[in-house]
Amino acid sequence: MISIKPLQSFITALLIGFSVNTYAEAQNDTTAVAHEASHDGHEAHGGHGEDKEFNASDLINSHIGDSHDFHIFDWDGHPVSFNLPVILWTDNGLVVFSSEKFHHDNTGHHVVEADGQKFVRHNEVIYYADKFETLSDDDKSAFNFDARPLDFSITKLVFSLLMSALVLFLLFSAVARSYKKNRMAPKGLAGFLEPLVVFVRDDIAIPNIGEKKYAKYMPYLLTIFFFIWINNLIGLIPFFPFSSNLTGNICFTFVLAFITYIVTTASGSKDYWKHIFMPPVPKLLYPIMIPVEIIGTLTKPFALMIRLFANITAGHIIILSLISLIYIFKTVAIAPVSGAFVLFMSVLELLVAALQAYVFTLLSALFIGQAVEEHDHHDHH
Amino acid sequence: MVLAGIGAGLAVIGAGIGIGKIGGSAMDAMARQPEVANKIQTAMIIAAALIEGVALFAVVVALIAK
Repeated sequence: MISIKPLQSFITALLIGFSVNTYAEAQNDTTAVAHEASHDGHEAHGGHGEDKEFNASDLINSHIGDSHDFHIFDWDGHPVSFNLPVILWTDNGLVVFSSEKFHHDNTGHHVVEADGQKFVRHNEVIYYADKFETLSDDDKSAFNFDARPLDFSITKLVFSLLMSALVLFLLFSAVARSYKKNRMAPKGLAGFLEPLVVFVRDDIAIPNIGEKKYAKYMPYLLTIFFFIWINNLIGLIPFFPFSSNLTGNICFTFVLAFITYIVTTASGSKDYWKHIFMPPVPKLLYPIMIPVEIIGTLTKPFALMIRLFANITAGHIIILSLISLIYIFKTVAIAPVSGAFVLFMSVLELLVAALQAYVFTLLSALFIGQAVEEHDHHDHH
Repeated sequence: MVLAGIGAGLAVIGAGIGIGKIGGSAMDAMARQPEVANKIQTAMIIAAALIEGVALFAVVVALIAK
């Protein structure tokens, strides 16, 4: 079997870190009670303290979006979170502090002073405090780059990305080691993962890229298959270290699609470029066909990006909306119905998690195959 | 806001009809030739995922336009 020890020590470290953080958080909250006014939709979970209006869209947005701290639950009206570091590149250099200093303020009122500069946070976006005051309400968007430092923080999604990359690395390096030791049929974890790897090779890579050239692209295809699948599954687990919506973030899927685009473009054969820049049509149509072909190479990764993002985000929104039904109707009687629906949708989401990883990998292999294929030319080319 | 919902609903109608047609013809084909049922099922699921991708384009636009 795989060596459990690194995984165990990692999980223990996580739990210790979490308990230390919440203890520190509790100490701080007893002295900083004045920040209750700036809560946004987190009340749905606890609500022992005051009874605020339940806002379903706030709840959903806070679950789907990114945030600088990892909110775990609400205790007595106060949010309990795992506070992640905020790393900013400002005009005066690097500034690092814990997101706990914002005291869960998301409306731009609480000013954090660090390294002589002041920052505020509005809708999970960090601005310079002095520039923020001069902004009108429409300007307060994440795209207002003059008013913001460069934000390299470890946010909830970055934390989940690093964690899933680590899990993937540990898993597969353990499997690789077991192949060196064990010359017989693989058992245990290797026995579980080998059919999947062989599936990617025999059903995705070879039919699309061809027998001769598939081996170069296998590492990339395997990586995206397992990475997307693991991140989708992590998004479905509802409790602390796992509940982030990484594959439902369009920046993440943009990067994956962009890498696929780079791989297909870099491995284009002469035939591929010939089809784009000298398509087999009468020469007068070239001014139309060439831009169309170029845009065609861009729309394919674009579709990959949107497909993965929209599927996963839509699944999360559906599950969260069904759970919010209980809070909207304010009666326990709807809980069994809502629970049954959520169970059904969660099983469907498990299927969608695997399917979207498969479709992304399949289409990447298809595009790579289209780029590398060389076919014999007949006369009319 | 309401129009965004109507737009998403229309997109889902298109996706529903498309995937329904795929499922129907997949059933017919599997009934004709049961031994290739596995291949047909794989192809059906791939086609359904692609069509669903297109429908979700429209959902994304509806979300942005809300």
